[in-house]
Amino acid sequence: MLAAATEMTETVLSSGWFLENAWLIPIIPAISFALIIFFGKRMPKKGSEFGVASMLGALVLSAGAAYQWIQRVNGAEEGAYIAPIIKTWTWWQNDGVSLGIGQHVDGLTVTILIVVAFISSLVQIYSLEYLRGDRRYTHFFASLTLFSAGMLNMVVAENMIQLILGWEIMGLCSFMLIGHWWEEGANSRAALKAFFTTRTGDIGLLTGTAVLYFAANEWTTKTLGVSGFSIRGLSSWALSGDPSSAAITVGAVALFIAAIGKSGQFPLHTWLPDAMAGPTPVSSLLHSSTMVVAGVFLVARVYPVFFEGLNILGSGANFIVIIGGITIVIAALLAFVQTDIKKVLAYSTVSQLGYMMMGLGAGAWLPAVFHIFTHAFFKACLFLGAGSISHSSSHHSFEMKKDMGGLRKFMPITFTTWIISTLALCGVFPFSGFFSKDEIIDNVGYSGYNVFMIVGLAGAFLTAAYMTRATYLTFFGSPRGASAGEHHEEEGHGAHASHDDDAHDSHDTHGHDAHASHGPHESGWLITAPLIILATLALSSGFLNAVPFGHGWENLKKWVEPSAEVINPTGVAYVVGGAGEARVTAIEAGYEKSDCGTKTPVDGVCVAPQLKHAPFKWSKAALSTFIVFAGMLSSWFVCVQLYGRKNKKLVGLTERNKALGAGYKFLLNKYYLDALYENVIVRAIAHPIARGAYWINQNILDGIVNGAGTSAKTVAGWVYRNVDQKLVDGAVNSSGNAAQAAGGSLQPVQSGKVNMYGALLFGSAAIGALILVIINT
Amino acid sequence: MLVNQFLMLGAVLFCIGVYGVIVRKNAVMVLMSIELILNSVNINLLAFSLRNGSVDGHTFALYVIAVAAAEVGVGLAMVLLMYRNRRSIGLDELSEMKG
Repeated sequence: MLAAATEMTETVLSSGWFLENAWLIPIIPAISFALIIFFGKRMPKKGSEFGVASMLGALVLSAGAAYQWIQRVNGAEEGAYIAPIIKTWTWWQNDGVSLGIGQHVDGLTVTILIVVAFISSLVQIYSLEYLRGDRRYTHFFASLTLFSAGMLNMVVAENMIQLILGWEIMGLCSFMLIGHWWEEGANSRAALKAFFTTRTGDIGLLTGTAVLYFAANEWTTKTLGVSGFSIRGLSSWALSGDPSSAAITVGAVALFIAAIGKSGQFPLHTWLPDAMAGPTPVSSLLHSSTMVVAGVFLVARVYPVFFEGLNILGSGANFIVIIGGITIVIAALLAFVQTDIKKVLAYSTVSQLGYMMMGLGAGAWLPAVFHIFTHAFFKACLFLGAGSISHSSSHHSFEMKKDMGGLRKFMPITFTTWIISTLALCGVFPFSGFFSKDEIIDNVGYSGYNVFMIVGLAGAFLTAAYMTRATYLTFFGSPRGASAGEHHEEEGHGAHASHDDDAHDSHDTHGHDAHASHGPHESGWLITAPLIILATLALSSGFLNAVPFGHGWENLKKWVEPSAEVINPTGVAYVVGGAGEARVTAIEAGYEKSDCGTKTPVDGVCVAPQLKHAPFKWSKAALSTFIVFAGMLSSWFVCVQLYGRKNKKLVGLTERNKALGAGYKFLLNKYYLDALYENVIVRAIAHPIARGAYWINQNILDGIVNGAGTSAKTVAGWVYRNVDQKLVDGAVNSSGNAAQAAGGSLQPVQSGKVNMYGALLFGSAAIGALILVIINT
Repeated sequence: MLVNQFLMLGAVLFCIGVYGVIVRKNAVMVLMSIELILNSVNINLLAFSLRNGSVDGHTFALYVIAVAAAEVGVGLAMVLLMYRNRRSIGLDELSEMKG
């Protein structure tokens, strides 16, 4: 087999320094984190320079790696297997078990690396202005940098343990950053909720990793010479026909539960909207564009495990596609009843994550990854736009109904970037969301999940409608509340004290007038520059994989999607017969002919399942565009009637119509999921235990104690008279006298000085050790 | 032998820790010194575990780490209470226990 492989004409894949050393990318922010923690407060810019510099460094390295990866792909034949660049060092080993740490760089890795490094850089630059003067400025940048280190580490991870390491670092940073202004109770509660909810899912991550390790380790060690934690090992193992269906299904379901928790999928999505309590840059970086796609990334990373374990593309709906579909609709519906602009965006994020999951569940791997890519740009832009509004126009309020409205005149840059990103999110041609979201919907239908294609289209309608509502409330109509120059700061001050005080100081020192005297205005360039860059990408990034324009435009597919060729374990495409004929014919026939994923490879291994790609049809695109515009127009009409002209028929409709009122209340209470978790599940577990303990305490323990008490009292009376008075007292008195004498002589030792006690302790231990040594020798 | 050097490191850390416990007046510094002592023990455990090629030492070291974490939790809580009551964490001022 080996000889056959070497005989064929091998194209040597190009590599390069950036690809070989991609493991350095997470190291840079990790070092920078240490520098910020130790020296940040003494630096002229309070540590933020370390953060920004390290993110720019990571961005340069990521861009270099991406460039060299593209070179590597372009240098090979179309559709050929492009070996990932894998490196491992031993991290821990004992008794035959060893854990590695290293890098696994392929198309997916470099894509997400670019996204994370890029958005992190922009958000840190934005935070320079947004958080200026904050009391925990240095720590904010430290956490932000540590987060980037964790996420980048997860992305380059070579094995599941390294992935978990990055995953947990992200969870920790998410907790710290949501609770950044922990002086307000609501913020620290939101931080705890986020931490515990994702933690619930993380149980699945550990369980799944362990199950897969024990199931796969033997096969991977024998065939590939890697451990059962290795991502490449797990991918090949899943497609090899070796795994028993029970083990791989359990492993896949457990890992998917982790993805549900981290990526805010139904039913564990409840933490994500509450996580908006954190500063806006945090919402923009962690809770919309990067951290929350970690779950999606996990599924995409070890996709073969899910493909085989959950029977994707098999008959009937599978777990992933169902969860994704439910998430799209319920989150989009919730976005309608929110008055907080960030919560609208949060539910929108949940809904878009649902799209990605649904795509992965339906075999649309590439569109889902592409949607991660485009979604990161436009959603980060929307969040930063919301932050820009609250920073410069609405006195740190995010309430659309109370404090915004009519801002398009005051904030032209924010308004333009917002509109571009909204159109991208809604999926209007030619903005980026059109190319990614429509691809997902299209492929879901093409793979036979017709119900979910309709769910996707309904989601597109709802997305267009709620984004139109948010845009109307924010930028159109007449200014209200803080945006109209009302200063309800005095009464609102308590709630925002932690942030407002600092903001005031900084504004004063920077020559602005006090808040009271200046109305809404455009933000500074440190805020608008990231907005403009992100909006440009929201507009243009879709052309990276513009399916409608033909095969030549599908660059991301060429660069990122792993080839489903059967390869021999050394990583060279495996050829039957040794002449390269079989491979050539496979390429000529279009490489969508591989059997990987459907049949067990006889000789050699598969690394990726063969997926289908829907051919583009303008009729389908026209249908979804029509749906989007219908959503926008109907929502616009309702908004103008409801909020603008106060149409009597619409205002207060939910109060007059019982059915609508009930639905509104149901949504307002978030489907009562929070109530279910906190009042039913937590209580169901905690209450019976407490009640049972109380009953045992009252009836059994007290009974024993009381009974013992009365009988003891009678005995005691007798003992007192005879034993105690006569016998014991005599002994006690004499021993008391002896003790007093001894105590008097030992009194100086009890100096009350703790250090001296320590010295005595260690001194006597040393003497004891000496005696032990002498006895033993 | 490599184990020697581990043991030397452990011994040095231990001595530094003992010195800190005896000499330092600041309760937090004393707690940190105790941490040093515990970790010097960990180094010994790991060194012997490496030499014998068994996981036992690693496992035990993990237990020590867990216990040390708990100890610091209790210790810091005490320091906090001390601070709250007396506005100082100097151990030399704590002599109510004098007999």
